[in-house]
Amino acid sequence: MEKRESGNTESFYPKIIAFCCYYCAYSAADLAGSLRLQYPPTVRMIEQPCSGKVDIRLLLQAFEDGADGVYVAGCMDGDCHFLKGNIRAKKRVNAAKKILDKVGVGGERLEMFNLSGSMGPRFAEIANEMTERILRLGPNPLNTARAERATKGEEGDPK
Amino acid sequence: MIVAEAKPLEEILESLQGMSKVLVVGCGGCVSVCLAGGEKEAGILASTLRMKRELMGDPLETVEETLTRQCDPEYVQQLAKKLEGIDCVLSLACGVGVQFIAEQFPQTWVVPALNTKFAGATIEHGLWEERCGLCGECVLARTGGVCPVIRCAKSLLNGPCGGSQNGKCEVKPNECAWQLIYNRMSELGRLELLLDVAGAKDWSKSRDGGPRKMVREDVTIDG
Amino acid sequence: MAEEKSKLQSLFEQGEFAVTCEIGPPKNAQGDGIRKHTEHLNPFVDAVNLTDNQTAIVRLSSIGAGVHVLAAGGEPIIQMTTRDRNRIALQSDLLGAYSLGVRNVLCLSGDHQSFGNHQGAKNVYDLDSIQLIETVKDMRDAKVFQSGEVIKQGEPRFFIGAVANPFADPFEFRVLRLEKKIRAGAQFIQTQCIFDMERFEAFMDLARKRGLHQQAYIMAGVMPIKSAKAAKYMQKNVSGMLVPDGIVERMSKAEDQPAEGVKLCIEQIKHLRTIPGVRGVHIMAVAWEEIVPEIVKGAGLLPRP
Repeated sequence: MEKRESGNTESFYPKIIAFCCYYCAYSAADLAGSLRLQYPPTVRMIEQPCSGKVDIRLLLQAFEDGADGVYVAGCMDGDCHFLKGNIRAKKRVNAAKKILDKVGVGGERLEMFNLSGSMGPRFAEIANEMTERILRLGPNPLNTARAERATKGEEGDPK
Repeated sequence: MIVAEAKPLEEILESLQGMSKVLVVGCGGCVSVCLAGGEKEAGILASTLRMKRELMGDPLETVEETLTRQCDPEYVQQLAKKLEGIDCVLSLACGVGVQFIAEQFPQTWVVPALNTKFAGATIEHGLWEERCGLCGECVLARTGGVCPVIRCAKSLLNGPCGGSQNGKCEVKPNECAWQLIYNRMSELGRLELLLDVAGAKDWSKSRDGGPRKMVREDVTIDG
Repeated sequence: MAEEKSKLQSLFEQGEFAVTCEIGPPKNAQGDGIRKHTEHLNPFVDAVNLTDNQTAIVRLSSIGAGVHVLAAGGEPIIQMTTRDRNRIALQSDLLGAYSLGVRNVLCLSGDHQSFGNHQGAKNVYDLDSIQLIETVKDMRDAKVFQSGEVIKQGEPRFFIGAVANPFADPFEFRVLRLEKKIRAGAQFIQTQCIFDMERFEAFMDLARKRGLHQQAYIMAGVMPIKSAKAAKYMQKNVSGMLVPDGIVERMSKAEDQPAEGVKLCIEQIKHLRTIPGVRGVHIMAVAWEEIVPEIVKGAGLLPRP
């Protein structure tokens, strides 16, 4: 994943990662595309075979690598192609939110959404919703800290 | 397995104060099975610590490594080549692993990431319960396979006490171990075993006698 | 003093229906309250139980309180739980208590420390109640310590008591466990407070079938309830106690609840005296010791021998 260096809130251009499950979220995204529905290019989608494929390690890594917001999009409750994958994803998202709060990045930057493959409009709505939320929250504090260190001329990112 | 649980983040941060480079060591044994200290948990903890310390303005460098087990010297010795420049080792093993690393590398500062809790089993995915009291002199043959030493809050050998009601221990919400023993012994037709008075236990075989050893003469090589 | 036999034991052996009650020692280092209570109770009871850090709350020790009772002319029954002391301390305290004139000991496991005011304390439970009974008996009869070492002279010769709870589970096993205690050496038994009379009668029936009423002196435990609130609390919150709804209702309907509680207690005692095998009554007037004389009088148990 690329790193974002700019922590400037005035020209804040959020980078949001969306982990989308193939069976619904990705289909909904396709549909939104063919319906020419507008949603911000701030959202980068990563296809997963199931929302249950995401784990806490992955979610944390997204933020550590500089994402300003992350969301997981899976099937509606009871409709998961792999039966319980979306339920597992939900629990992991909740656990990761707690860690992000503790760490100071903020659990509000992470969210789980459920939708079906035919919900093109909902897909666009979610993308807009999250973008608005992240604009309100501002850049990932890690990015701000890194930008400050860079302008102060300190050594680059510690990883 | 030995069941352990993650320490609160604040505690771990405190023990890493002043450190800049930490070797985060997971364990592929018991703590992997109880989802407390395996490779995944080590990765999550390392990421968490890096992000937190970065936002605290005091960046932390981490190196991650997960050993097959931290309670055998052959595996722990593999850390030798990873210790260069490390300020301390953060071990996600049970208390045994933490101590073992400290013993194998006396010049290295080692701190625990977990609180070791008990010897237990998986009841269902995500739930582990204590089963064995490690008392050194197993009485399970007399109690139908239910341990009164650890599952009875009073370690009674001639239970139940007067606080057992509806299968519950007076210490809620525990189950009464003696109700479980009674049920099993009745079902298996062995109730008369409970009519004999079980004599006082020899606690010197338990932790009360100090740290214990077990030796198998027939396999020691140098002795 | 060392040769004096337990007065309680003598009374039982003479065929008397014994009456005992309880004093909860204070949460301080003053013994005069115990002495005063003892003086008031002396004409009405045969012996007095001194609880041992009941509900794991630190109180003046049972043995210390027992010595105060002796000084006030009473007959103490010291309670000994196995929660706080190992076999070394228990035997040592038994020697000390006997040397000071105590003759009766009630052996029990004791409430778990999580109920008390020192919840982080390490519990001991080196022995359980039955193993303690055995130990006290062996010190007296076999004249040995628990380790087998001989007590050369001056062995403690206690009258040994134990508790039974007909209201705990599993019910069928309760009588068998009582038998275990008697076989281990228990000579007198005090039961948990009786509110469910039916269950107690069923218990006594089973006990008589096994001849236990002839092997030990069984005393029925009673408690005067002060209020409907107290009755409800015991019903919901005390493990091992059974308080039927009928009793809670009766208390709530009463105009003068404490008086009703005393009336109920007296009725219970009168009924218990008719049950074969019941050789005495143990009145647990928790924090209400002053009411004991009225209950004893009302139940027709005066004069005491």
